[in-house]
Order: sequence, then C-alpha cells, then structure tokens
Amino acid sequence: MTAYRLGQGGRIDRSRTLGFTFDGTALSGHPGDTLASALLANNRLLVGRSFKYHRPRGVVAAGAAEPNALVTVGSAGRREPNSRATMVELHDGLRAESQNRWPSLNWDVGALNGFLSPFLSAGFYYKTFMWPASFWEKLYEPFIRRAAGLGRASYHADPDRYEKVWAHCDLLVVGAGPTGLAAALTAGRAGAEVILADEASEPGGSLLFDSASVDGQPAGQFATQILAELATLPNVRLMTRTTVFGWFDDMVFGAAERVSRHVSQPLPGQPQERLWRIVAKRAILATGAEQRPLVFPGNDRPGVMLADAAVSYARRFGVGVGRKVAVFANSDAGARTAASLQAAGINVVALVDARVGHPAAVTVPRIFSGGVVSGTSGSRALGAITVRHAGGEDRFEADALAMAGGYSPRIHLACHRGGKPRWSDAHQAFLAPEGLAGLTLAGSAAGARTLGECLSQGAAEAAAVVADLGHTGTAAQFGAVDGDVPEGSVRALWHVPGGKAFVDFQNDVTVKDLGLAVREGFSDVELAKRYTTTGMATDQGKLSNVNAIGILAEARGVSPAEVGTTTFRPFYTPVSFGALTGSSTGHHFQPVRRSPLHGWAEKHNAVFVETGLWVRSSWFPRQGETHWRQSVDREVKTVREAAGLCDVSTLGKIEIFGADAAEFLNRVYCNAFAKLPVGKARYGLMLREDGMIYDDGTTSRLDENHFFMTTTTALAAGVMNHLEFCAQTLWPDLDVRMASSTDQWAQMAIAGPLSRAILQVIVDEDLSDENVPFLAAKTVSLFGGQLEGRLYRISFSGELAYELGVPAGFGEAVADALMEAGEPHGICAYGAEALGVLRIEKGHVTHAEINGTVTAEDLGFGRMVSQKKVDFIGKHMLEREGLVDAERPRLVGVKPLNPEQSFRTGAHILAKGAEATLENDQGYVTSSAFSPHVGSTIGLALVTRGPDRHGEEVVIWNALAGETVPGVLCDPNFVDPSNEKLHA
Amino acid sequence: MASLIRCPHCGARPKEEFTIRGAAVTRPQPDAGEDAWYAYVYLRDNPMGPFDEYWHHTSGCRRWLVVSRDTRTHETYGVRDAAAVAGESRS
Repeated sequence: MTAYRLGQGGRIDRSRTLGFTFDGTALSGHPGDTLASALLANNRLLVGRSFKYHRPRGVVAAGAAEPNALVTVGSAGRREPNSRATMVELHDGLRAESQNRWPSLNWDVGALNGFLSPFLSAGFYYKTFMWPASFWEKLYEPFIRRAAGLGRASYHADPDRYEKVWAHCDLLVVGAGPTGLAAALTAGRAGAEVILADEASEPGGSLLFDSASVDGQPAGQFATQILAELATLPNVRLMTRTTVFGWFDDMVFGAAERVSRHVSQPLPGQPQERLWRIVAKRAILATGAEQRPLVFPGNDRPGVMLADAAVSYARRFGVGVGRKVAVFANSDAGARTAASLQAAGINVVALVDARVGHPAAVTVPRIFSGGVVSGTSGSRALGAITVRHAGGEDRFEADALAMAGGYSPRIHLACHRGGKPRWSDAHQAFLAPEGLAGLTLAGSAAGARTLGECLSQGAAEAAAVVADLGHTGTAAQFGAVDGDVPEGSVRALWHVPGGKAFVDFQNDVTVKDLGLAVREGFSDVELAKRYTTTGMATDQGKLSNVNAIGILAEARGVSPAEVGTTTFRPFYTPVSFGALTGSSTGHHFQPVRRSPLHGWAEKHNAVFVETGLWVRSSWFPRQGETHWRQSVDREVKTVREAAGLCDVSTLGKIEIFGADAAEFLNRVYCNAFAKLPVGKARYGLMLREDGMIYDDGTTSRLDENHFFMTTTTALAAGVMNHLEFCAQTLWPDLDVRMASSTDQWAQMAIAGPLSRAILQVIVDEDLSDENVPFLAAKTVSLFGGQLEGRLYRISFSGELAYELGVPAGFGEAVADALMEAGEPHGICAYGAEALGVLRIEKGHVTHAEINGTVTAEDLGFGRMVSQKKVDFIGKHMLEREGLVDAERPRLVGVKPLNPEQSFRTGAHILAKGAEATLENDQGYVTSSAFSPHVGSTIGLALVTRGPDRHGEEVVIWNALAGETVPGVLCDPNFVDPSNEKLHA
Repeated sequence: MASLIRCPHCGARPKEEFTIRGAAVTRPQPDAGEDAWYAYVYLRDNPMGPFDEYWHHTSGCRRWLVVSRDTRTHETYGVRDAAAVAGESRS
C-alpha cells in the first residue's frame, strides 16, 4: 500500500501546513485533516498493534467506529490514551504515539503471540490460568495485568477545566448529515427550538464525500447552503464536536462536547470538554449507518479498509489510499466505490463482486462477478490479493483494498432504554425497536438507502414532530438528486472460508473463535461475546457485532433474528473521566464549610482538622508546645481550673415554630418535651423506629411556640430531613414548621469555674445562678444593648458553662471580646480534642457511643424514655427480646490498673483470666483519651452488664496491636460525680 | 430510574436534587400491635411494576413527595406532596 496526498480535491486547507509527530517522527498535514488522514497522506500505514496477537494494523474507518488506529495523544496531564486517529483533528504541534507495542511499532516483541495463536484461542484465559491456585498472585495475575489494556493513562494531574451544562429544546436532531440537516431545516423554519448535534468537527456527514449532486449542486456545496440558512435561524443551535452518547429516561440525552481537543490547549476561559444533558421534547436520530467490513482471510492487513472510508479519504481529505486499489463488495456499493475513487483520480485495479449477475456500470481492468477475496499478502502492508471465483483463483498486486459488506443502521441510542432491535431480512441489518415514545429515526439510521430518501425522510419526520408540538411548517423540499448509486441487492456474505479471518479487529476475534464458542456451548450471543471478547473494548463492536451475529447464526443454522443482539448501553463512544467529573475535582470535589469563628481560631494559632465537610479547630498550640498532647492537656486543665472558649458552631441548629411545636418534639424525642417551660433547655434523645438511638442534643424553648434544637455535627442534615419527614408525612395535621439555622449562628462554649465572671463582662443581664440557673435558655443583651444573643446554660465539660449564640457575622468580634475579658482570668481557646477529653472525663456520649447499635438503656438513659407517652418515634420496638436482654453491652468507664499503661479505642474487654478469644469478648472501648485529671488513660466502653461491674478487674485486649493491658471497670463519670461544679 | 422528577411545587427537576427514602409505607397506629410495627420497620416489598416511594426534594423545596413509578419501565406517573397523600388516606 502506498498512500499519498492527491494533487487536488478535498476539504483541507492546502495553503497552510501543520507540523505534528508520530512516534517521534516529524510529519505534516493541513487544516481539515484528521490524524488518520494526515498519517495516510504521509504513507504511514502501520498505526497500531492489535490487542492479543500484536498484529500490525492500519486505519480501517474514517469515523467514530475505528477499531485499529488507537493512539495516545498529547503529553503529561493532557495525555489521552486510546484516541481514535480518525476523530483526532490535526493541529500544529500535535504529538501522537502508537500503543501496545514494544520496543517499537515496527519491531514488536508481543507479535510472538501471533505464533502462539493456536494456543490463544477463545476462552484461553479461562482454560489456562486455572491451576495451581498458588500461581495466581505471583504469576498469572501480573501477566494478565501487563497484557491487559491498550494505551496507558497519565499519572499527571489534568490541568484543564471541564463543565457540565443543561440544555432544553423542542427537537434534538442527532447527526448533521443529509437527514439531520433536512430535519433541522424543516423544524427550524417552523420556529421550533432545535439543537442539531454532530460528533464531527464539520457538519455534513456523508455529504462531505458523496459524489452525488442535489439540484445540480455538488453534495458538499449543498450542505454548505443548508448550513448557511440554519445559521440565520436563531432558534437552531448547531453543536459540532458533540457526541450524543446516551438516551436516558424522561427524554434526557447525554452529550459530550469536545470544546478544545482540536487545539493544543484550551483557549482562555474555555473548558477542555463540556458534558451536556439535553432535555428534548422530541428527538430525531439521523445517525446514519455503519458500513460493515467483510470477513475474509487476511482481512486485517494494513491497507484493507472500508469502502466509504477510502472514498472519504479521497474526496474529503484529498488522500489516495493506494496506487493500485481493489474493491470487494457484496452489493452495488462496489461499483459506486470504484467510480467515486476513479473520479478522484485514483487507480482502481479490480472490482470483486460477491454476487453473480450484477453487471457493473464502471470500467475497471479486472471485474470478478461472483468472486471473493480469499487471501491477502504483504509484510506490514497489503501487497497482493487472491480472488477466488468460478474460474479458479487469481492473485495480483493491490496496495489497498476497499471493502463494502452492507450497512448497519446506527441504532444505539434508540436501544439505550431497553428496546430490542429487530432484524430485517430486506436490509440484512438490525433496525431500531418500534414504538419509541418521543424518538424517531430517519434516513439511513432507519434503513433508507438513497440520498433522496434521506433528505425526504428527515424533512418529513421533522414536519410531523413540529406539527405535533403545535408549530406550523412544511417539510423542506429539495431539488432532484443526481448521481446517487443505491446499494441495490445485498448478498448475505458473513465470511469467506479459508485462513485467519478477523471478525473483531480490536479484540482479535476470528471466525474460528466464534466457531469454537458455538462448539463449546457458548453460542448465545451474550455468552459468545464474553467468551470470545467480540464486541468489547473501546469500539464496542461497532464494525464487528453484526458480522459476529451473522456468523453465529450460520454456525447455529438459524436466522440472525433468532440470535439477536447484545445489549446496547451508554456510552455510544468513550467519554473522558474529565467530562463526567466536571468541576468536582480536587479542592472542588465537595464544599468546604468553615465556621464563622474560623478567623478567630486562626488568630489563636489553631491546628485544623477536617470532619466531614467542616474544618474544625482541633487544638491551639502555644509557644514551647511541641506535641499536641501538651496543648490538649493544658487546654483541659485550664477549662477545669479557670475557663476556656470553644467553637461549637458546627452543631446542627434548627428553629422550630408552631402551635403544635411542643407536641411535635414530644413525638420525635423519647423523653418528655411537652411541658418544657419557656426559658429552659433540655437534653433530648431521638430514637429510630427500630428503638436504637439516632441522635442527641439540647432543645430550648425560647417562646411558647418557638423552640431551638441543636443536633450533633455529624447528623445535622440527617436530623433536619428526619424532622421534615415526620412533620410532612407522619403528622401533617400538626401545626409546626422548621428551618435550619446552623449557618446563621456563631456558637461558642464558655466553660470553666470562671466562665460566669468572664461572660458577665459582655452580657448586660445578671448571670447569677438565681437569674440564669443550670439549663436556663434566654435571649440576652450584649455590649450595653448593641447586640442580642442567645444564652444557654448547658455544659458538655461538666464545668459551670454556657453556650452563647450570636448572629454569624458578629461571631469573631464577640469571641475576641470574650478572650479579652477572660485574659485576666487566664482564659484559653480550646479545640475539638480538648472537648473530647472533657466529655470522656464526664462520661458524656457522642456518636462514638451512639453508633446505631445502642439503646437508651445501654447508655444509662433508660429512665429518660417516657413510659407515659402513647407514641413517639422508636417506642414500639423497645420491648423486643434483644433490646431488653440483660447481657447487652452497656456503658461503663474503664481505666488501666497501672496508670503508666494505656490502651486504645477499639480494644476489647475480657474477663480477668479469660483466654483471649472472640468467644470471650465482652465488649469494646468506644472512646479513650489521656485524662490530665485522672492522670492516666481513661475510656468509655460498651461492656456486658457494664454498670453492674464497677470495680471489677478486666483485661483490655487489642489483638490488632498485640496489646494486653490489665484494667478496671468504673463509673464513666470520672470527674465531679456529684455534679457540684455544673451547678455552681 | 427517572432522570427528571416533576415536583408539584418546583416543576421538572433533575433527580440529583432528590433523596430517596424507600417505599411509601404508612406508619401504624400506636396500638397496632407488634406484628404491624415489625412489618412497618423491617418488611418491604420489592415489586416489579408500580411502586410508590418517598422522595425528599432535598436540594429544592424540601418537601417530602410520594413518587409513583414503574420499576420495569422507569416511567414516573405521579408525584404528589406527601402531606396531601397522608390527608387523603386519613379522610
């Protein structure tokens, strides 16, 4: 094969030259070229190695179905493996590399697999890598992994932006070939909102290379004229480089727009790709038809390509695919191809027509009627072909072979929602399912065979759609089509017997492999696909599937209708991860929530920790502190001895209003809330319907019909959803409304024996114990009436403590004022770590304990669960046997016998002297910390009959870390068990 | 699964705005007895065909909805506010 640039013709811009490299060699092409056409123009025929046997392969197609010419384009973060050279637009500086070869494309060690091919038949992996099992990890798996895949992904981060966009229209037309253009023109003229999407860089489809004319105009010029009119219609949006890849429920289509792939890097402000979701009232598939290869011995040699591809390279790209081109067909497409190539000035040496008695209206040196190509030769490219015919066999030189095996309508999208394709004997192809709501097919996608049919069908379908949508319009009319050669009768020719004939080029599946699958019982189309891998990988069998089905049908002695197709699923062609990810990458993967007191914490040198979406201050190192424990121990001691300020703004906050708000709370909490007095806060326990604890928090009654609920940080959103569910679906008759105010309030805990004195500096009201007793909750005036805040006398640390909420924007200023007021008293900022130590010392639970498996009784809250209330969430499952079992693990404190020893959260509890086995497991440590107050590690644990075993010696067993620590169970309230400090 | 849900308050919105809770089962009366409560909490049908589910318009109006859909065809043939549905079943 000697491919070359023709002296004239094509839609390329010959006045400009673009430089690019392939495997490091500098080459050139023109604007308008694809990488494939430019490689052919440079006589680079060998462009890749096949997947399994590493056979030399060349370009087969001119569009999205290309199975062979897969290359890696670009470098570093813009490296894109498995790009189809037929879809890559040439640009200056393009860098492309071949794949699946080592050390080079010309000399590939993997090609040895070709000699092993008798052993590498279908099912090879299943049969070979069976035993011994011990070989899997060390030998088989690494081998299979190395052999798997084609191109290699980049390890660099993608530097480009990707976008996701919605679009809405009356009519989506998929494909801007003759059918799509006629449809868009008809609907556009009628005033409908139209989106016309095409995967190619230039709209026009087959008009760009068709040798027919319309109304006396060459096809290409005709396309230009329609596009010019469409451009004047503001209601028609043409989207090129946009592949509609899927049809989803509710008439939503997915499309990937390659905004910047045709240039070396995106233009300023432009993304690399854009993922569209298009909501269309109606859609017309004008996706055309895929020409099928013929399956004959040696059909994978570089130089053998689809007939329409050869014509497209000649007429669209100005490239001759060979100096001696042969044509092999099973229909009149053969004569049409020969004539088109000749008209472009290409030397056609032979026409092989598999049919008998169809005289060709074309002059070619060798015409074989009723002949088939039975062999090819040439080392890395086609050199000669052998034709078998009634008179025997002829072998002659040919450096390119154009094959036309019939057409398969591109019906993929029409099948994405579960419809099954129908086999048509008349078309020798599968057609789209019937009765698709909202979607119709037109043109060759619907089985049309001539350009005239495509134009009239496209216009007629669009006219029907717009009329249905209430627009008035008529089908666009076009002049007479001249020079169109229809395919004529097609002879079913699924394969030519003889040597190695490839059905699926990308996966190296041969006729023999399919035969083996049938013989071994894998003849069902879905099984045959998986057994032989036909139709898999990046091209998903666009060229091979129907041939494979035909061959299976022959082998089984049935019609292709009976074999059926495998399932069509999105995506039609591969979509990049970048497009699917959109802007949700790196730092933008999820939102970052910063507390209104974040700035205050930064000023105090906070070390931050990510908890869910929140960034929380963890501890506040001071000068000289080199280890986090030093800071945390100091913060804990300062709170116990003086005072500290902690940011608790991340707690969920919900404002609840309504005449029935109290009754509502009474039903969502297991403890009583109906009679909570105004001005009081109460600890509340929320259960799930299965009786387990869901969440806890304090809820305050600020007014008769206004409550303020706090939730844990982790379940703030969950509790809000839960309350809305209860109010709207369970008890819609209750007068209650709620709103989340988590982000509206900056909330700070001021804890420690000196907290009252400090707080009094900024609070106008008297904070004495009489006026603001434990669990008081009230609106207070701050800074001499400059600001209002909400003050709650509640404590997580066990100390005299308050929480003060102020509008978020004032949070930092108020915290600053409190720190200033507290400075003479030795106040410190304390973080989430110290908060954790303080609460463990008091035996207060968090979600470490409320882990979805515990009941109120388990945590010592049994008496809180109302016996009087008729109903509350979780009441009705509480009496189940498992929930009242006396052996249930329950909350208890634990500490080491020797204060020098420590243990970790997650360690298990064994009875003293018991063997360390899972059978003897009695529970586990849910929280642990070093307690500066106790002087050792302490823990909270859920242990069988824990509350009854205070003082009992146990073993704290951590099998993972190999640690065994003698310990003792105790009251979980390690500090001030009589709660005197709390009520001070 | 549907791509668009026609919220009675917000119109057609993408499914990503919603959270699905599961079958729209009715909470028993407090005195319904152990079996009814056990069924409510734990037992679910897995129908092939029409199915009513609770969907929350989490990133929209924050109303709970009863979405009626066909698990075979993915057709959504009814979206009603859950409070209205609860009202109907009571009356």
